[in-house]
Amino acid sequence: MQFHRPETVEHALSLMADGSVSLLAGGTDFFPSRQGQTAREPVLDLSRIAALKGIAKVGGVWRIGATTTWSEIKNAALPLQFKALQLAAAEVGSIQIQNAGTIAGNICNASPAADGVPPLLAMDAAVEVAGPGGVRTVPVADFITGVRKTALAPGEMVTAILVQDAPDGRSAFLKLGARRYLVISIAMVAAAVECAADGALAKVAVAVGSCSAVAQRMASLEKGLIGTAPGSDAFMDLLSKAELPELSPIDDVRGSADYRMDVAKTLIGRAIERACEGRA
Amino acid sequence: MALTDLEVQSAVAFELNGKPVAVDAPPAERLSFSLRERAGSLDVKVGCDAGDCGACTVLIDGAPVCACTTALGQVEGAKIETQAGLFAEDPAARSLAASFQRHQAAQCGICTPGMMVAAVALLRETPKPSEGQVKDALGGVLCRCTGYRKIVDAVMDCGNPAENPTGGVGAPMARIDGLPKVTGTERFGDDVAPAHALTLRLVRCPHHRAAFEFGDLERYKQENGLDLILTEKDVPGENRFGVIPGFEDQPMFAVKETRFKNEAVAAIVAPADVVNALDLSLFPVVYTPLDHALVPDEAASVPDLHSGRSGNVMCRGFVKHGDAEEAMKTAAVTAEGRFSTGFIEHGYIEPEAALAVRVGDRLEVRCCTQAPVMNKEGLAGLLGLAQDSIRVIPTAVGGGFGSKLDLTAQPYVALAAWILNKPVRVTYSRTESISTSTKRHPSDITMRIGADAEGNIVAAEFDGVFNTGAYASWGPTVANRVPIHASGPYKTPNYLARSAGIHTNTAPSGAFRGFGVPQSALAQEPLYDDLADALGMDRLAFRRKNALRNGDPTVTGQVFEKGMGILECFDALQPHWNRALAEAEAANAKGGPVRRGVGVAGGWYGCGNTSMSNPSTIRAGVTREGRIVLHQGATDIGQGSNTVITQIFATALGVPVERIELVGPDTDLTPDAGKTSASRQTFITGNAARLAGEALRARILRLANVSDQAEILPGDGVLSVKDTDGAREIRLVDLPADNSTYVLETVESYDPPTKPLDENGQGVPYAIFGTTAQMAELEVDVELGTVRLLKITAAHDVGKAINPLLVEGQVQGGVAQGIGLALMEEFLPGRTENLHDYLIPTVGDVPPIETLILETGDEHGPYGAKGLGEHCLIPTAPAVINAIKDACGARVAHLPATPDKIRAAIKAKSKD
Repeated sequence: MQFHRPETVEHALSLMADGSVSLLAGGTDFFPSRQGQTAREPVLDLSRIAALKGIAKVGGVWRIGATTTWSEIKNAALPLQFKALQLAAAEVGSIQIQNAGTIAGNICNASPAADGVPPLLAMDAAVEVAGPGGVRTVPVADFITGVRKTALAPGEMVTAILVQDAPDGRSAFLKLGARRYLVISIAMVAAAVECAADGALAKVAVAVGSCSAVAQRMASLEKGLIGTAPGSDAFMDLLSKAELPELSPIDDVRGSADYRMDVAKTLIGRAIERACEGRA
Repeated sequence: MALTDLEVQSAVAFELNGKPVAVDAPPAERLSFSLRERAGSLDVKVGCDAGDCGACTVLIDGAPVCACTTALGQVEGAKIETQAGLFAEDPAARSLAASFQRHQAAQCGICTPGMMVAAVALLRETPKPSEGQVKDALGGVLCRCTGYRKIVDAVMDCGNPAENPTGGVGAPMARIDGLPKVTGTERFGDDVAPAHALTLRLVRCPHHRAAFEFGDLERYKQENGLDLILTEKDVPGENRFGVIPGFEDQPMFAVKETRFKNEAVAAIVAPADVVNALDLSLFPVVYTPLDHALVPDEAASVPDLHSGRSGNVMCRGFVKHGDAEEAMKTAAVTAEGRFSTGFIEHGYIEPEAALAVRVGDRLEVRCCTQAPVMNKEGLAGLLGLAQDSIRVIPTAVGGGFGSKLDLTAQPYVALAAWILNKPVRVTYSRTESISTSTKRHPSDITMRIGADAEGNIVAAEFDGVFNTGAYASWGPTVANRVPIHASGPYKTPNYLARSAGIHTNTAPSGAFRGFGVPQSALAQEPLYDDLADALGMDRLAFRRKNALRNGDPTVTGQVFEKGMGILECFDALQPHWNRALAEAEAANAKGGPVRRGVGVAGGWYGCGNTSMSNPSTIRAGVTREGRIVLHQGATDIGQGSNTVITQIFATALGVPVERIELVGPDTDLTPDAGKTSASRQTFITGNAARLAGEALRARILRLANVSDQAEILPGDGVLSVKDTDGAREIRLVDLPADNSTYVLETVESYDPPTKPLDENGQGVPYAIFGTTAQMAELEVDVELGTVRLLKITAAHDVGKAINPLLVEGQVQGGVAQGIGLALMEEFLPGRTENLHDYLIPTVGDVPPIETLILETGDEHGPYGAKGLGEHCLIPTAPAVINAIKDACGARVAHLPATPDKIRAAIKAKSKD
């Protein structure tokens, strides 16, 4: 059984060329899916590739390396626009999972309940993908194509998450689960906003997770909310009448579809209010 | 570039607890397996193999991670620290271990390595953490015993040099068996196999019910290099086992047809590396799925699972006292409702594990068990061996709660070791454990209770249907026990209770802390709130008014002249109740979507078997050297019997507790102390220990010819005996020895006095009832349906607290399980078979718990002590459910009260 530990992306890509390897980063999804069995196929461990680690701002773009862990994101000194992502990082499983699990692993695993996805969607983040054909950039919204499905072509890997700098951006994240810690969400909401001096929403982006096969932006609601002040009658009225057509929740062991639709609205309202207040 | 590229497999080198190691193994292997099986770090525990429980937490370059989700090959060059290494090298870890001992933060100890490793990482950065910081640091480690509070206390109190007092009855001493748990040297079911032991794995049917046929097993065995394949054809004895006489209905291997999902059809045995690489989905077996029933309502539509149990009714229970139907007509108010609960998984962090070794014509089985002697009897039947051919040596047990009473993994390794004459081990995966172990019975209860205008209960009618799963296990016990307890600890002059256990194609329901009583309390206690509300009475006052007093008959006509302590429990809650109601009213006056509520519930539980003999025997002796040895066969599954029984014995003998050496449990060395269940060990084995201590003391005092008040001072080869007349010395070497081991030996038994129940369930089912009342304070976010618990106040009449710290630990652990039952837990066959879909409370879900220990004494218990293990979770869930209703007006009758159900109940109510 082969176990590769390349130190460069180029080497990794060359090892991936024959299509038989499984990628391993933090291991927090890799191992649970295998139950008690040891992998028999070749494994490519990404954790030694320095170019995949760390957070940096280059020009007007923040670059979060693919294997940056949730703990690193949680503890990084980042501007307020990343508050939602940092709050989500603190909600990923437990400290043990946050110390190992990576941001790219979270989106590549493509769970409907991936904690990292709503904040990235709300920030219009993009995924940097390297492959045999070179490097391409895909919006997160287009990258995750379904339950456990991504736009990665054979031989491609994620190298970074890219986020446009937004100095006036504020954000918040709320996760609803049946217990504290180590919990898969029933519903979660990330809101990214910019507020005018009078408190009205100048920009608003809302993403809801665990209420559809892939977390979704609430495009029509967002449009309507521009210019309203969170908590105002106009805001609450728009929210209560919103149909959230992007969502298609299911009944599962964690909650009913009806419940998810119901609480999604409450969480959206609260997340936007918190984002504007700049608090958790 | 290729330097770290392990294309050619070579040993992975890293630093383990300060020492360089190189592990030559598949680099994609789980680090947890490598550390345990190849590097000898057995203090790294495996609970789930999925990052869900944190038991395998180690520090990699200082950061806590789960070793089960880390590949061996990833730690090349890294620095790894485990609990044992930290204890050896890190003063902070040693200080933490002392604090864990002082607070009894380890009960069974299986989560302790993960807890301590995670806590050390915190303490290195934050020596004086806040409670919130501790919770964040420990949120990734699950504990099923402690309710977390003592763990949080221990971490926050780390560095305090105080020590617990030691002593006999009443002393809050540290656990006698605690040190190995906090230093990383405790050995559980999966920790005792020799290196050359073969590994066994079970082949399980993935359907709820299926017919099956095997293909070419011999060829599969040859092709995969297996040592052995076992099926039902290889079972030498009778291929069925069980725990209740007349209900031994579960096969070791299914015969032609399976009755529940993941039932075993075959086993394979080979070296671990062969087994770990095997894809069992290719095992030559063909299944034909058959119609199945998962709930009692469907049970009549499938063929009888067992002949002679028509309509899949396993058995029924019945208690009739007075005339409930007539009396109900006289009630001024009545309340009725239908209530249900689902399967509850025990969720111990240690999966079932066993090792068997053939020693000549005998078999030695080491396993995590609550019932070594029953295991021995069951194994003898399956293997067709004489009982004395089998020795069961319990390992430390990483949580049991009832499910480790039954045989699980033991028969397979026993048979394989017997055939192969080689040591064979097995450990269940988390999915195997959850999907095949016994469960708390799902309940479907209809109950009606009536009271007169003054608030006196006049009648209660109860009908409970319990899903007992594919096999009987302890189902008959539940069916019998529930009607006796469903009145709650209240005067109920007219009473009619029926119960039925129904077979379905699910994992067997069995024993789980409370044997059905928690389910019946979830019907009765909410209805008591309804009655109090209808009468305009305070809910606590209503319960107090109806509480059984000494001299009142129970629903089986039993009258206690002493020891019915429920009134004292309610009285102890009164000041807390007054405060909580006032605080809730003030909080709710502020408005907003978060509403405060307070709930109360009572509970009772009869200690020991129902109207059946269930003796315990204790053996003790004094050696020629003056060592005092206690052969203690009551398995300590974390609840503390090693400590409690020793404290009782030391007090009865009249020597310092530190002088007692413990032996056992071991079926070759310790007499039968019965099973650790039904809250019977402190009471029954405790009484045997008291009798043994008293008998040994009497002999010693007779030898010295001194008065009863004399003091015994054990010394080197002598016993000094001192009374007011002076001191005498018994030279042990001069005495004729009782046997080759002991100069003085004593063996004493105790069997609680009970009487059979008549056809109406009238009689004396238990010698002791323990009682409890608990209060829950919480907040409901009415827009989301979420609950935040603020505090649980738990009043318990334990008769006499043998060890008050252990009492608190039992209460807090029971409360935590009650919280899980109320708010989040439900096993759904085929759906919640792991610890991320089946949720148990984390450290963040258990609020402060104030334990009010009441000691009203008891006629039968040792020094007045009663059992406690089951009692503490019985009132928790109903108190929580009642508090939810108090907060938001909505009643959730079908548990668990998950946010979606609470929100639905709130919306349904607002539509009324």
